[in-house]
Amino acid sequence: MSDRPVAAGAPARNARPGAPLEWPEALRERVAEVFRHYPNRRSATLPLLWLAQRQWGWISPEALKLVARTAELPETEVFGVATFYTMFNLQPVGTYHLQVCMTLSCSLMGADRIFAHLSRKLGIGHGETTPDGRFTLRRVECLAACGGGPCLQVNEEKFHENLDEAAVDRLLESLP
Amino acid sequence: MSAPTRGPLLFDGIDTPGLATLAVYRARGGYGALAAVAGKKAPADCIEVVKASGLRGRGGAGFPTGLKWSFVPKGTDRPKYVVCNADESEPGTFKDRELIEKNPHGLIEGIVLAGWAIGANDGYVYLRGEFGWLQKVLDAAIAEAYAAGLLGANAAGSGWRFDLHTHLGAGAYICGEETALLSSLEGCRGQPRLKPPFPAVEGLYRCPTIVNNVETLMNVPHILAHGADWYRQWGTPKSAGTKIFSVSGPVKRPGNYELPLGTPLRTLIEQHCGGMRDGMTLQAVIPGGSSVPPLPASLLDTRMDFESMAEAGTMLGSGAVIVIDGETCMVDALRNLLRFYAHESCGKCTPCREGTYWISRILDRLEHGGGRPGDLSLLADLADNICGRSFCPLGDAAAMPVQGFLKHFRAEFEYHVEHGRCRVNRRRAGRAPAAEVTR
Ligand SMILES: Cc1cc2nc3c(=O)[nH]c(=O)nc-3n(C[C@H](O)[C@H](O)[C@H](O)COP(=O)(O)O)c2cc1C
Ligand code: SF4
Ligand code: FES
Repeated sequence: MSDRPVAAGAPARNARPGAPLEWPEALRERVAEVFRHYPNRRSATLPLLWLAQRQWGWISPEALKLVARTAELPETEVFGVATFYTMFNLQPVGTYHLQVCMTLSCSLMGADRIFAHLSRKLGIGHGETTPDGRFTLRRVECLAACGGGPCLQVNEEKFHENLDEAAVDRLLESLP
Repeated sequence: MSAPTRGPLLFDGIDTPGLATLAVYRARGGYGALAAVAGKKAPADCIEVVKASGLRGRGGAGFPTGLKWSFVPKGTDRPKYVVCNADESEPGTFKDRELIEKNPHGLIEGIVLAGWAIGANDGYVYLRGEFGWLQKVLDAAIAEAYAAGLLGANAAGSGWRFDLHTHLGAGAYICGEETALLSSLEGCRGQPRLKPPFPAVEGLYRCPTIVNNVETLMNVPHILAHGADWYRQWGTPKSAGTKIFSVSGPVKRPGNYELPLGTPLRTLIEQHCGGMRDGMTLQAVIPGGSSVPPLPASLLDTRMDFESMAEAGTMLGSGAVIVIDGETCMVDALRNLLRFYAHESCGKCTPCREGTYWISRILDRLEHGGGRPGDLSLLADLADNICGRSFCPLGDAAAMPVQGFLKHFRAEFEYHVEHGRCRVNRRRAGRAPAAEVTR
């Protein structure tokens, strides 16, 4: 998987707009590997959607078509799956997707304050992206880090726990 | 080199540096149970030992594990599957994450042993979507296990094939429910299926499948290595063994604690967690994850085992202990939870989809000063109509906290209706994060 975050709305770089998307050469073996894990092609849907999202930063209509073609499923079915799960971004997101847990344990420890601080600092609300495409801010439900609340997740990385305003500021500064 | 022990079984040596590597896990006796069992001990005998141990599912429902395994049909030529539930999405719960991150081989060994016991050749670990980073840890351990011949065509030299893969979800609490999990693993929307047939008979790809929680499976190597009687030295006759309790909220030392089942809630909170943070009082505890009714401070001496919790009108659930302090508005706490359930309802059945939405709306207006005189009976009515009338247990999970909050904290709700505001002076928004963080 690509560990480098991908810029907001990065176009499918290996294709002209509107042209069918292909898996980049470097991912072909991973795509093949996914199919070896399951006895049928449909089970590859989620792993393929993840591969696409990690490659292009979000799941564009072209990427949906590519996944459908690869898994040999109707596009509508793959669309139905992609829309069911909250982590598949069907719209572009910022380079850093800041996902703040708002569920009870974190809320008891001040999650509202962390979200408000980020919102003020970045000038964006829930689900919005900064104009420079660097940050998307989102409220999410319990991340399984309740003992370390308040907490947040940046992209797919390990959680940041026991946050206060100063820790959030340090975190933002540490992002390249 | 081993760190101080944090528990008798699963947390024994859990902080040992490098435990996530095969070498250190083996140096601590890891894969000993697998070597002694796979290819050597009859599968039926393994199931008997697990049955006799009294091990019950740690994912929330507490179903006897050996009994579940015994439902898998024998002598069928259909493929069989072991699926490990690492969805860990029940609010308050964060134990499986620590177990996998620190001891992935302990989980792999448990899964392979379960596979041997039911005669499966394939296993999957279903991780919640937010665990992408944890999937890397587990995949690395699986790769090590393959390279060492513990997985694959001749697993642990037994002459029997067992393959194991991880599968990442993508954000949906309902995928923790076992049949929804299987739908998701099959590449579909994660919606529950009708039971029966139960997964043990017709599960993944309509083949016999056992679904077990991470913690459940990690008990298995210990049980098969040391026997049922040895395991029963912890816990109570009906709730055998230890449990990992995830404690969150404003206690001095939140975190995961492994304790014998039957330990009083008070011991966990006051001794292990060091009590409430300075200047705070304990108002309530949600003892088994967000889906179970709360206990007021007066019931803190309740023992944490399946039976005692049921007697107290709640459930042991996933063992997630959410501690609520005296400055928290209980209306707002419930509102927070119902927002979660309304958000996570999969939408398949009407009582849950509509009921959670309406309860959430009513709690919103109560919290914001727009409560109406009939609102409390309306809340109770909605909860009663969800309970037992929903397609899967998520509906009940949303309704039970409503019933429990109304039962124990009715006065706060009435105050909201009457005065349009909280009885308590909430300080939540100004609270600092845990000062004393241990893990
Ligand atoms: C809404 C809902 C969410 C659930 N979430 C989880 C979960 O995150 N992890 C888990 O192990 N079990 C979860 N369960 C319980 C599973 O359905 C299943 O009972 C369990 O995985 C069985 O394993 P066990 O017997 O080892 O506990 C959930 C159940 C429901 C109804
Ligand atoms: S109870 Fe809720 S989560 Fe379960 S099937 Fe019905 S709508 Fe879906
Ligand atoms: S409540 Fe925030 S991580 Fe669980």
